[in-house]
Amino acid sequence: MQKQAIFQSKLLPYALVAPQLAIVLIFFYWPALQAVIQSFLQQDAFGLSTTFVWFENYVELFGDSAYFESILRTFFFSFAIAVSSLSFALLLAVMADKPLRGSMLYRTLLIWPYAVAPPVVGVLWIFMLHPSLGVIARYLRALGIDWNPLLDGDQAATLIILAAAWKQISYNFLFFLAGLQSIPRSVLEAAAIDGARPMRRFWTVTFPLLSPTIFFLLVVNIVYAFFDTFGIIDTMTRGGPGKSTETLVYKVYSDGLLGGNLGSSAAQSVVLMIMVIVLTGIQFRFVERKVTY
Amino acid sequence: MALRHFGTAAAVALTVGLGASPALAVTEIQWWHAMTGANNDVIVKLANDFNASQSDYKVIPTYKGNYADTMNAGIAAFRAGNAPHIMQVFEVGTATMMAATGAVKPVYKLMAEAGEKFDPKIYLPAITGYYSTSKGEMLSFPFNSSSTVMWVNLDELKKANVAIPKTWPETFEAAKKLHDNGHATCGFSNSWVTWVNLEQLSAWHNVPLSSKANGLDGFDTKLEFNGPLQVKHLEKLVELQKDKTYDYAGRTNTGEGRFTSGECPLYLTSSAFFGNVKAQAKFAFTAVPMPYYPDAKGAPQNSIIGGASLWVMGGKPAEEYKGVAKFLTFLSDTDRQVYIHKASGYLPITKAAYEKAKAEGFYKDQPYLETPLLELTNKEPTENSRGLRLGNMVQLRDVWAEEIEQALAGKKTAKQALDAAVERGNTMLRQFEKTAVK
Repeated sequence: MQKQAIFQSKLLPYALVAPQLAIVLIFFYWPALQAVIQSFLQQDAFGLSTTFVWFENYVELFGDSAYFESILRTFFFSFAIAVSSLSFALLLAVMADKPLRGSMLYRTLLIWPYAVAPPVVGVLWIFMLHPSLGVIARYLRALGIDWNPLLDGDQAATLIILAAAWKQISYNFLFFLAGLQSIPRSVLEAAAIDGARPMRRFWTVTFPLLSPTIFFLLVVNIVYAFFDTFGIIDTMTRGGPGKSTETLVYKVYSDGLLGGNLGSSAAQSVVLMIMVIVLTGIQFRFVERKVTY
Repeated sequence: MALRHFGTAAAVALTVGLGASPALAVTEIQWWHAMTGANNDVIVKLANDFNASQSDYKVIPTYKGNYADTMNAGIAAFRAGNAPHIMQVFEVGTATMMAATGAVKPVYKLMAEAGEKFDPKIYLPAITGYYSTSKGEMLSFPFNSSSTVMWVNLDELKKANVAIPKTWPETFEAAKKLHDNGHATCGFSNSWVTWVNLEQLSAWHNVPLSSKANGLDGFDTKLEFNGPLQVKHLEKLVELQKDKTYDYAGRTNTGEGRFTSGECPLYLTSSAFFGNVKAQAKFAFTAVPMPYYPDAKGAPQNSIIGGASLWVMGGKPAEEYKGVAKFLTFLSDTDRQVYIHKASGYLPITKAAYEKAKAEGFYKDQPYLETPLLELTNKEPTENSRGLRLGNMVQLRDVWAEEIEQALAGKKTAKQALDAAVERGNTMLRQFEKTAVK
């Protein structure tokens, strides 16, 4: 199979790629470089006095136990969000994949939440579960559950995981549905003729054939939980109570914009950037090869 | 026909516009602010009135989001070299603005250089003290000031046969009674947890929040709010949180609906809450001074302000500063101050405006509007009650709140929590001191 396009002129391919390259340079490499430079400096908020401090920001960062707690917390959150969102989306996709009447309607409705912006998701869930405003919170209290995420860190964490996972379900659902529909029916029918029950058919045929989709989504979900949950955390808990919902990305915001400590904030961004680079590296190197297609 | 006339008119307008000598050109003054709703209307009206009153300058107000957003937008704009002329900054941003020598133009200097008549003595010292140096030089112009008061749901107190409490022990008693009479989820509560339970509590009882006159006399200030009074107060809140006689309502003012809905009959928060109470409360209400501990020496002292002030940004041409100075004079006018006071519920900043509002009988049927003024002017301010000036105060408050939350959740004792808050806060203050321009 011919994979290479043939260009007559030497310059044309570069010209065609130029706009995309320019966008990547201006909107990604330039700010990333700025962050790296900033992480070696100490500056007041107004940028009036600047001192070059080498690795002092990093040394302070890794000498701070709160930072390690924040790392562990972020991993826990990402894992919890990814697993709950993926499993629920898979369940819904398997249901929607059945030949049902009105399945198009279900599918459309399930895709909707993806269009909601994270801060709005936060506000929506606040209206349901805020201890004094929340509709559901009222029922929980009526049941005798002491629901108070303003003071109870575990409940606050649950709240964030719920809201963040809910938003991501649509995205996962879409990919799972596409993945399910590309599974050859003949294989499933053969399994059925051999006497495999639906559950067994799912685990022995469908699930392995879905594995590339699952791995792809796992990485996407972890990256989402790392970065895009900022809006949800900011509108719902602002990192509290205590520090129980302060993830890495929220800490970058809080130290940089609320605390005016740009050096430390930039150093944290660089650490985050390295984490994501590693994660993506794993996806390409390891996962892409190990998955059965 | 009409079109041709339009063309002529446009041509005339153009010639006038282009041919005008620079002396006639209107100088634009950018004013960034964080006011919404009714308070935004007040800002727009002030700008329009000023623009109509003279023809040399045009003030253009722009809403930039909440207080923290506005401040960040201003800082970012300054770094990019296009800061606004006037920026509304909340009181906790004062130290950050002050430390930025060169980024801001102190108001007293601005007035002197522009040759505007300016007498700092016409303002209420309880308000301007917060924004002045220890020598009394005014650095920023107080715009919207408030203080902490206790909002009272009179109907519910009557129902439970409870008198309006004056001291903290009375407040705890009253809250218990209310808790046992239909307010099982909340006897009393408050917004702005650190402002009410640390900052104001300390000033109101004349104990230091931090050394060096709460930071007014230098950035090398050390936090001191883990003293016996503050610890005792927090211990009491922790104890009452257990059965919801006191129920924590969050770090900012998101819990204020709990007062207007009738859930919490006693609620400590800003006097600026008035607009919402008036609009939403379906019961008789009032606002009384903050409770105090009668066994504390000299309590109550005086309260400190909240709200925001107007900072003038540095590096603008003298001609534009003239306009800014004229605008500040315009805002200081007695009738205008009375208007701001009545329309927004924020406090008047000049003595004359306060006297005039009083003389007009404004507080006769709304005595609660005078409560914050009475608190602020209760006694001559001391080292501990002039104001606060701590760097990175926005994040400091978050750190203090984190620790208070730990105590209320039963994870730490009150003493441990406040010790940790002091320790973590001091680390941040040293960090700020390092980067502050000397």
